[in-house]
Amino acid sequence: MSAVGVLFRRELALAWGGGGGPLLACGFFACLTTIVPLAAGGDLATLRPVAAGIAWLALALASLLSLERLFERDLEDGALDLLALGPLPLEAVVGIKALAQWLATGLPLALAAPVAALALGQAPELAMLTALAALIGGLGFAFTGALGAALALGAKRGGLLIAIVVLPLFIPPVVFGAGALTRAAEGLSPWPAMALLTAYALFAAVIAPPAGAAAIRGAQG
Amino acid sequence: MIARLSITTLTLSRGERTLFRDLSLTLAAGEAVALTGANGAGKTTLLRAIAGFVRPEAGAIAFTAADGAELDPAEARGRGLHMLGHLEGLKGARTARDELGFQARWLGGEAIDEAVSVMGLKPLLDLEVRKLSAGQRRRLALARLIAAPRPLWLLDEPLSPLDIRWREAAGEVMRRHLEGGGLILAAVHDPLPIPTRSLDLGAGR
Repeated sequence: MSAVGVLFRRELALAWGGGGGPLLACGFFACLTTIVPLAAGGDLATLRPVAAGIAWLALALASLLSLERLFERDLEDGALDLLALGPLPLEAVVGIKALAQWLATGLPLALAAPVAALALGQAPELAMLTALAALIGGLGFAFTGALGAALALGAKRGGLLIAIVVLPLFIPPVVFGAGALTRAAEGLSPWPAMALLTAYALFAAVIAPPAGAAAIRGAQG
Repeated sequence: MIARLSITTLTLSRGERTLFRDLSLTLAAGEAVALTGANGAGKTTLLRAIAGFVRPEAGAIAFTAADGAELDPAEARGRGLHMLGHLEGLKGARTARDELGFQARWLGGEAIDEAVSVMGLKPLLDLEVRKLSAGQRRRLALARLIAAPRPLWLLDEPLSPLDIRWREAAGEVMRRHLEGGGLILAAVHDPLPIPTRSLDLGAGR
């Protein structure tokens, strides 16, 4: 088996093992979207216009959850040294970890997103589009999140630092993703916003590996 | 692959503090060097500098192939070097089998069965790593050196948690590695059970 496959399988096993991170993210996501109607009132006329926005806010917050452990646990137990001495450059390690994060957290959240949006009063015919947008947005969240996690390595209270570094970077995908769904709900074409969302996700996937690898080298020195 | 490690006039610092100046060392295939010195003298930092984790203040670290050609440092480190530090890189929640399997394959090795039998890990394989004792964890970490053959071994206190029996077994593994053209640089306080040259980094602070 190739080194890429070996690392990818380990990352997935780590994400699912020991407490089931993806389930935790989905549970958090469900809690957030349940609290909103309780706080703002359960009237669908109030909720429907903001359903997409709230679902995307909840997605962004739920995507933050497991980021703290992404590199920190490997720094703590020395596995990051091992990863740096493997056959792949650190840039590839960061990319593979971010992809595994996407598959482990972004994919379950993308499946949960249409259900949550539906509960907030979104039209049922937008479910497929919601899932697709959440999946693409999740790719952007995973890569920007990996960059934030690498930058916060070794810092005290790294989890909080990651949130503050990463949340501003989550603004564009939230704007594009929620915008696509709002436009679709109004009967307009969602695809210009979807194209921007995809462009942002790909941009993050290009930028995060080299920047994250540089941050990790700094933390190891 | 790596047949010679050359360190020339190396100066290493940790923050503001200079650990040592103008250190030179040549390690050839089949040789072992025991790195001694007081706590804080810079043994671990030297090993981490060779592994590429610490940037030297001055001087050079070069890896040479058997035909005399200088190797690309990133390539040499990624394929020809084992580093075993105080932290073994083992995940407590995973089984010994999973961890050894990952570490060995990631580092490019398939000889897992041999490593298991040499390090006596068979009864431990299905246990979670957190349930292992310090000595058992070290044996599990040493197993990756056997499972994934790489020429240069950088070892930081490799034998300290091991009992007499496994110290001897680990010594035998090192002896075989040297006979096969391997190189060992080990930071130690107790002497290794193999013939070594010694390099003293001094008193530290």
